[in-house]
Amino acid sequence: MPDELAELVAAAKAGDRKAFDALVQATYAHAYTVAFRLTGNEEDARDVVQDAYLRAYRGLKRFRGDSSFSTWLYRITANCASTQLGRRSRHRHEELDDDAPLADERPEIDPELRASAESDRERVSAALLALPPRLRAVVVLRDVYDLPHEAIAAELGISEAAAKVRLHRARRKLRERLFPLRAEATGEEDARAV
Amino acid sequence: MQCEEIAELLPQVVDGLETADHPLIRHVESCLRCQAELAQYRRLLRVLHQLRTEVIEPAPGLVTEILAELGEAGERGAIRSLLSGRRVAYLGGLAVAAGAAGAAGAIVLATRSRRSARLAS
Repeated sequence: MPDELAELVAAAKAGDRKAFDALVQATYAHAYTVAFRLTGNEEDARDVVQDAYLRAYRGLKRFRGDSSFSTWLYRITANCASTQLGRRSRHRHEELDDDAPLADERPEIDPELRASAESDRERVSAALLALPPRLRAVVVLRDVYDLPHEAIAAELGISEAAAKVRLHRARRKLRERLFPLRAEATGEEDARAV
Repeated sequence: MQCEEIAELLPQVVDGLETADHPLIRHVESCLRCQAELAQYRRLLRVLHQLRTEVIEPAPGLVTEILAELGEAGERGAIRSLLSGRRVAYLGGLAVAAGAAGAAGAIVLATRSRRSARLAS
């Protein structure tokens, strides 16, 4: 953890409210990014971030510093996002089947437009948004933010085995979306690039 | 092992091929199609990892909303602790009063019983 953040965390734990406000200022954009990647939309991401900071504020005394403050905050954000997505799916009755083909009408992830000069990051970000939320959550937490399977399972309220199955499904779906029909066509070329 | 079986396993082993079963490793080493698929998974993981450093800027006002929410929560907490403090003081007062009343009652009873004993003798 950067020294400055560590000092702020120590001061906030000692009851300094201004130090916690400074922590929020220093970390909110990253926390929002995590929330946006997990929920896939701005409105939910804002709610999730607010909820995450409230929980962090109330639970700060329990933060022992085993991981960095950012990782601790990501875990809380993941938990809040899971709650929010659960609430959403109950309201909308639109739980997506994990094995359903990815379909998204938004132009930014239209397969035809994808062929244009998009960077890898943009294409992967768009493909992530098109995943069913429960697959997206696991692959974002594991492959983007490097959380261990155990932590992911705990924050999403699922077993470790289920977290691993979802991760592998998510990776497969992303690969299929990003490299359609390329395995046969450019197999040799890709193999040499490893 | 067949390519179809390997394809099922590649998303599991992409971040640790060295720990995979020997038949799988042997197949991948000799199969261009599976090597290509593995390369795609590796590229995917590389890009996903790079996303960690990216920041998506929220629309203005988010930090103000968070701080306001925290302020309200802080005030609610302060009021709650004040009320619970008063509740403790109130219950403490009741306990003291009940104790005093009990002691007074005991004294009255003791005095009465002494008086009636004297009268009887």
